[in-house]
Amino acid sequence: MFSILRSIGIAFSHAFRKRVTIEYPEKKAPLAPRWRGRIVLTRDPEGEERCVGCYLCAAACPVDCIALQATEDEYGRRYPEIFTINFSRCIFCGYCEDACPTYAIQLIPDYEMSEYNRQNLVYNKEDLLISGQGKYHGYSYYQQASVAIKGKGKGEGEQERFPPVDIRSLLP
Amino acid sequence: MSEFWIHILIIVGVLIVVLGIAANLIWVERRGLALWQDRIGPNRVGPFGIMQVIPDMIKIFFKEDWIPKFADKKIFVIAPAIVMIFVLMNFAVIPFAPGIMVLNLNIGVLYFLACSSLGAYSVVLAGWASNNKYSLLGSMRGAAQMISYEVFMGLSLMGVVMLTGSFNLSDIVNAQKGMWFVFPQIIGFIIFFIAGIAETHRLPFDLPEAESELVAGYHSEYSSMKFGMFFVGEYLGITLISAFTVTLFLGGWLGPAFLPPVVWFFIKTFILILFFILLRASLPRPRYDQLLSLGWKVLLPLSLLNILITGSIILLTQ
Repeated sequence: MFSILRSIGIAFSHAFRKRVTIEYPEKKAPLAPRWRGRIVLTRDPEGEERCVGCYLCAAACPVDCIALQATEDEYGRRYPEIFTINFSRCIFCGYCEDACPTYAIQLIPDYEMSEYNRQNLVYNKEDLLISGQGKYHGYSYYQQASVAIKGKGKGEGEQERFPPVDIRSLLP
Repeated sequence: MSEFWIHILIIVGVLIVVLGIAANLIWVERRGLALWQDRIGPNRVGPFGIMQVIPDMIKIFFKEDWIPKFADKKIFVIAPAIVMIFVLMNFAVIPFAPGIMVLNLNIGVLYFLACSSLGAYSVVLAGWASNNKYSLLGSMRGAAQMISYEVFMGLSLMGVVMLTGSFNLSDIVNAQKGMWFVFPQIIGFIIFFIAGIAETHRLPFDLPEAESELVAGYHSEYSSMKFGMFFVGEYLGITLISAFTVTLFLGGWLGPAFLPPVVWFFIKTFILILFFILLRASLPRPRYDQLLSLGWKVLLPLSLLNILITGSIILLTQ
């Protein structure tokens, strides 16, 4: 009997508490910097695409919403020819970001992606690519790796002190 | 002739006001529940969202009005109308203010009890005609609950009738000029209010509906405006029980003279309606056997005791 009256009193006292509702279109909920929202493809500090077309994100994707086709430029640098993410299937799990070896694919705190037409949720490479570096500044995969690209020869990576050994000159 | 037209005007006015209140209670309830659950509630349509009922009505009118193939068609259609009709008939005897009442019946209290008992038919027939086990279970619960709470709902009012010496509701209000009956009849007031909640099957006692157990109980097969009628009927029931409690225990239209009597009546009724909503926000649903044993083992003896004590005091003081 007393507990009934007490619970009525507690419910009534909630009338004077702070509201928890955030009125969405006017105010927005604060999002963590690592919030998993829209997927973007980032560029390295030189402004080139980070993606090397390794297909690991497509393999990691549990709903198979990523499709890409790798190709090379004339200096041997790999990049994706097409890169498509179907956001009507994407579950924003972030496995693609985990799988990416070059920090190219990243999830950003943006969730306002509604469309009237379902087809518009299929994002192509030009929709996904951003001009910045995303969450990992200063990282450039091709400057670390010992792969020859335009303007950088084999063995001239940042972690490499010597050029590669010429095995044919090492004759006894 | 002019008296006839005034009478018609009162009937139409009461009908419009009561239906308007019942419709807007959808908004009041949503805002009230939000208030007590730390939310905001509907606040987009019109100032404070008060026009929310209009889109709600438009939506519910455009829903498909579906009658199940396995249902008993005639009874299925008529059941939601019954609850509306009997609750609206009940409003005929309520004195809103001196002179503003449809029927000045000398058996007003008995008329109220009779009409609200007939409302149980709506629940029973709806569940029976739906031909669905959840609906049938809900309507069986509803029938048992309403019939057993009907018994001491009437008994709890007898103290008021004994103090007044009349079944006429205007006389009952006028007899409260010295003191509201809530003070000498506090037990009767509490019992009547609990029985009223059970009678309207509102939330602490919403066992006939019981969303978590019986889908929606007796109206799980209903859609569109038939469902809407059940809902409006429920809100009308809340308004009715609140208005009746005000008339019988809280002095009806009586109040300080700076406001007209009808305003006092509506203020008191509205406070009770808000209390109904607060109960929904705060209390869990009891088990079915708890509900019935509370009724038969606690409230019925208490109301009989209340009659006994009231009667003996009246006899002593005469």
